[in-house]
Amino acid sequence: MNIMNIERLDITKEHCPMTFVKTKFALSKLADGDILEVLLTAGEPLDNVPRSAREQGYKILSIEQIDAVVHKVTIKK
Amino acid sequence: MADKKKKLSIIVFSGDYDKAFAAFTIASGAAALDYEVNLFFTFFGLDIIKKKRGRHFLGKGFRARFFNFLLGGRNNLPLSRLNFAGLSPILLGNLAKKRNVAGVDELIDASIKLGVNFYACEAAGVILALQKDDFIPEVKKVIGIGSFLELQEGGTTLFI
Repeated sequence: MNIMNIERLDITKEHCPMTFVKTKFALSKLADGDILEVLLTAGEPLDNVPRSAREQGYKILSIEQIDAVVHKVTIKK
Repeated sequence: MADKKKKLSIIVFSGDYDKAFAAFTIASGAAALDYEVNLFFTFFGLDIIKKKRGRHFLGKGFRARFFNFLLGGRNNLPLSRLNFAGLSPILLGNLAKKRNVAGVDELIDASIKLGVNFYACEAAGVILALQKDDFIPEVKKVIGIGSFLELQEGGTTLFI
């Protein structure tokens, strides 16, 4: 049985380009099949982090609204 | 995934703090989005990639050494406007830090970690009497415009 690792990353206080730079660094440390849960804010990060992850071949499992501003994006490597 | 990597090249001509900020924001952002990124530093832009970050007499010959001293290195990049004898870049850097926006040093470090390619201009290096050893080790090569044109072919190129 494969045991997948779940990592969390909070970029709610980051701004462009460090939102997707830090997401990229976090994803690069994961093994294939691992999960990254990214907490981010609406607007530019929510528009671009899932899109850039998708473009790099990762799978977006879900996008969940946590509160009025914060969202959780779950990415599978 | 795309078959062919997208490519972005930037000619970093300016040694101004704000323009370096722009160049490295674009470079690190593009590299994080999986672009191949090539930075070609020339003239004042060479000041950003000197190994010695402070104000030093670098190179050979009195005029080149004095000019490099005047340029001041990465720690003394001026603002293109409202520089106020170097006070404004400090103010801007502090503002960026306070508002959690990456500054030039953080963006340069991110660019290096993301594998952005750094090149130094051969002709400008000759004028300023700078050699590869005077630059940070991440500078892959000192090249001429012919080699740069070959590197940027098929991608987008910006001049900053």
